[in-house]
Amino acid sequence: MKAPSFAYSKPQSLAEAFELAERPGAKVLAGGQSLIPSLNMRLSAPELLVDITGIGSLRGISVEQGVVRIGALTTHAQIERSAEIRKHAPLLAQAVTHIAHPAIRNRGTLGGSIALADPAAEYPACLVALKATIVVAGRDGERLVAADNFFKGLFEVDLRPGELVVAAEFPAILKEERSVFLELARRHGDYAIIGLAAHKGAETRFVYCGAGATPVFAKRASAAKDLDTGKKALEKDLNPPADLYNSSATKLHLAKVLLTRAWNTLTTSH
Amino acid sequence: MEHANDITLTVNGTRVSRRVPARQHLVDFLRDELGLTGSHIGCEHGVCGACTVRVNGEIVRGCLMLAVQADGCTVDTIEGLSDAKELEALQKAFHERNALQCGFCTPGMLMAALDLTKKNTKVTREEIRAHISGNYCRCTGYQAIVDAIEEVVNGQG
Repeated sequence: MKAPSFAYSKPQSLAEAFELAERPGAKVLAGGQSLIPSLNMRLSAPELLVDITGIGSLRGISVEQGVVRIGALTTHAQIERSAEIRKHAPLLAQAVTHIAHPAIRNRGTLGGSIALADPAAEYPACLVALKATIVVAGRDGERLVAADNFFKGLFEVDLRPGELVVAAEFPAILKEERSVFLELARRHGDYAIIGLAAHKGAETRFVYCGAGATPVFAKRASAAKDLDTGKKALEKDLNPPADLYNSSATKLHLAKVLLTRAWNTLTTSH
Repeated sequence: MEHANDITLTVNGTRVSRRVPARQHLVDFLRDELGLTGSHIGCEHGVCGACTVRVNGEIVRGCLMLAVQADGCTVDTIEGLSDAKELEALQKAFHERNALQCGFCTPGMLMAALDLTKKNTKVTREEIRAHISGNYCRCTGYQAIVDAIEEVVNGQG
């Protein structure tokens, strides 16, 4: 189908973008790889699209003083190609290959993915696993929101009207730390049936995507001392919603399969 | 009310300026406004890959980009790359190996395959399959397509 009618504006500065994004009926357009399908299917009917892709300051990857910062407009393809991401954020380097297909990864952005917060999306789970900070900005200035608090509900995040995601920041991986991202899907690049972002640092975090309305941090399993206890604990941590093809019980079973694989990877020495 | 914007872009090497509806997709603009009907429209929500075109050297979904977003961009379609002979080897291999039947997916499939040849490294069949995973073919079962791409990318049968 064709998208409904809307106006289009492409601000060149953040100040201009904040003003436009505050207008009633406005929607922010980044890479558009989720927004445009939803317009095409007429699930969304904004009056104004605010295309923020002209704002250069929202792009780019940097690693400074042990902190990785990824600008909101950085595309999946840029993350996939980045040597710095491979070195300092292997969790994201592994996750990004699961995101759709090359032609979509060339346009889709990190900021768009986390602002939308699709429950099956990879980045939100990774950012919770890495205890990331989401940098958001609006007319009143910048706010820092812990990823733990940013994802509030189904497609619901801690963004106020007129605010944009500016970047995500998280600690670069240390030598003794390990990360692994695993996902099961019907076809490579399809939405996850279930996915797992696992990071073992000072604390271990197993965070699932496709397992609830938001990324689900499996706290009990993450605290478990051995795999069997972890798998048992997962039954209390997760109550994954069924999808068209998989029951809740199947998804829980698959979550345990991923936990086993991740556990083995995280505990294998370098 | 239909909102419209002025855009100027380079399509297959030719500079074009048009006034386009804000809601018009790039692929509709290419087909309806410029008559470049080689890029096909299948699902219109980014699943099938039939509308794959190249924008500033990178493959994108023509149905997931608005024409207005292509302002200032360089767009290449199957017509342009075909005329420039960039696709010659792939087209020959697709033909010889029966890598198409109805041909609906072929333009998008060729755009995705060409992208892979630009990496200048040998690839596994698995990597080829991953790379074309966003392009649906309902005739061939993909085997012949993977054969054709493998032949061109790796220079072997």
